Amino acid sequence: MSDDQTQAESFAFTSETEALAQKVLARYPEDWQESAVMPLLDLAQRQNGGWLTRAAMDYVAERLSMPKVRVYEVATFYTMYNLKPIGKHHVEVCTNLPCWLRGSDEIVGACKKFLGVEIGETTEDGMFTLSQAECLGACVNAPMMQIGDDYYEDLDAESTMAILSEIKAGKVPKTGPQNGRFTCEPAGGLTSLEHQKDLLKAGGKSSANTGGGDD
Amino acid sequence: MLKDADRIFTNLYGLEDPFLEGAKKRGDWDGTKKILELGREKIVEDVKGSGLRGRGGAGFSTGMKWSFMPKEIGERPHFLVINADEGEPGTCKDREIMRHDPHKLVEGALIASFAVGAHAAYCYVRGEFYRETEALQRAVDEAYEAGLIGDNACGSGYKFDFYIHRGMGAYICGEESALIESLEGKKGQPRLKPPFPANVGLYGCPTTVNNVESIAVVPEIMRRGHEWFAGLGKPNNTGTKLFIISGHVNNPCAVEEEMGIPLKELIDKHCGGVRGGWDNLKAIIPGGASVPLLVKEQCETVTMDFDALKEMRSGLGTAAVMVMDQSTDVIRAITRLSAFYKHESCGQCTPCREGTGWMWRMMERICEGRASVDEIDMLEEVTRQIEGHTICALGDAAAWPIQGLIRAFRPEMEARLGGSPAATEAA
Repeated sequence: MSDDQTQAESFAFTSETEALAQKVLARYPEDWQESAVMPLLDLAQRQNGGWLTRAAMDYVAERLSMPKVRVYEVATFYTMYNLKPIGKHHVEVCTNLPCWLRGSDEIVGACKKFLGVEIGETTEDGMFTLSQAECLGACVNAPMMQIGDDYYEDLDAESTMAILSEIKAGKVPKTGPQNGRFTCEPAGGLTSLEHQKDLLKAGGKSSANTGGGDD
Repeated sequence: MLKDADRIFTNLYGLEDPFLEGAKKRGDWDGTKKILELGREKIVEDVKGSGLRGRGGAGFSTGMKWSFMPKEIGERPHFLVINADEGEPGTCKDREIMRHDPHKLVEGALIASFAVGAHAAYCYVRGEFYRETEALQRAVDEAYEAGLIGDNACGSGYKFDFYIHRGMGAYICGEESALIESLEGKKGQPRLKPPFPANVGLYGCPTTVNNVESIAVVPEIMRRGHEWFAGLGKPNNTGTKLFIISGHVNNPCAVEEEMGIPLKELIDKHCGGVRGGWDNLKAIIPGGASVPLLVKEQCETVTMDFDALKEMRSGLGTAAVMVMDQSTDVIRAITRLSAFYKHESCGQCTPCREGTGWMWRMMERICEGRASVDEIDMLEEVTRQIEGHTICALGDAAAWPIQGLIRAFRPEMEARLGGSPAATEAA
């Protein structure tokens, strides 16, 4: 947990977060509202600029009538909860085997160079925190990184720096593959579902991979 | 090679509309009510008959698993839990289903839930898949709106709810009992079995846990007939399978192929071959981080199915194929996986909590040439102390890649450490 200087006195959901929390709570049986602890902590973290204060965890504990220590247990077990202040944009470069085989060292290097920080550090302006991540599950699009809720795939040093510089300039970079690929198809052209070749040429219809960049 | 007509995931690349309108054009939600009218027993029998083996890695018969659920629904409700906590390094197939063909999963969840007597399914999606969760949620909302799920699913009179639960970054939650713990709002630490989830699962109730891909293929099995599915692939290894090939191939990709496709054919046909040509191949991990690697000679003949890979002392796992060419420091590669398992051990069982750290530190020393040759045997011994001595399979998963490395690349390890034990003694 963070030291006392950065801890807030109190925490409460805003009305927007409360509306989302109500939806979450409705998913679980009445006798098992504790199931909502993970999503509620996530909502609290999102409301609080990307990290959980002790007050936020205590608030969730109270909402779910759980002992505080049970909530701390959860918050410390899962890696996506940040218990210390974090940069506005969390840059997580996957360095697990499939990404490493395709050059993740180069991507980490590009991030360090552009941001001027080491793994685990935050830039002085508080804009970026750099982390290395375990496998993020986009292995056929390696190397890749996650920034906030979005994946940036098929990276090289150049495209990595371009993405970071766009974000720094307040722009929204294109998510997904950065090398002209559509999604997870072979870059050399379709080897199955070949009737969709024309769709591939036209840029496809999927809206699932064009969203994002809004954090 | 598998014909397009036999492919299930016809929007694998997201080139068509992933949502309801597009899904219906691809045949999803066609005659779902009729499938439900066949009744629980018939659906379970058909899925058994299809030969479908769980696509999450263990390869247990899906229909058999369903049949373990109590026949009569007593005081405790039944649940279906879908494992979408895709975290095995190399694996990215369920991601494609959720973002490009989510209705296959929602329809499959209805049929599977009906078959095991569950009125609710919880889909546990890894937290990093935020956009994939959005796509799946949209499909769920569409299905409610269209009356395909909800109080009267597809007009069948059956009530069915589909809920998404996001994980928050813990590989161990891919283990079914850890996943259930996590879903109950706890740390994701595996439970001792028995009791098995079919008796005591989510909220102490009978529960079936299935992988995303296992569930998503069920509607097509029921529509086209289990004989169709059973006729693809090889005996005991039937059907189609999503393969994801990463690493040193010319075109890494996801592709649906027949079970039992030769590994070499998979790579040559769909991935444009190994980078630098087949002879540039060094080793392949055929089924995700936890299975032992294969050397080139093995890769030349092996077929991609549960039984053939098991015979080679490896495994199909999640069918995540990681290809390493001659430029790869294979010791460094396995060391990276050891670091992963150390990071992800939940800390519950001592052999795993301590052992994954031991193995990683020894691997680092060997990798950097800072160990003595006899430490290879010591490392092997450590892996045997962990394997089989933990509640869940994470300990095994951490041990096997190292055992595979020692089996296949011992001379390379010895060379890095200054020669064979005999040579060291002589010197």
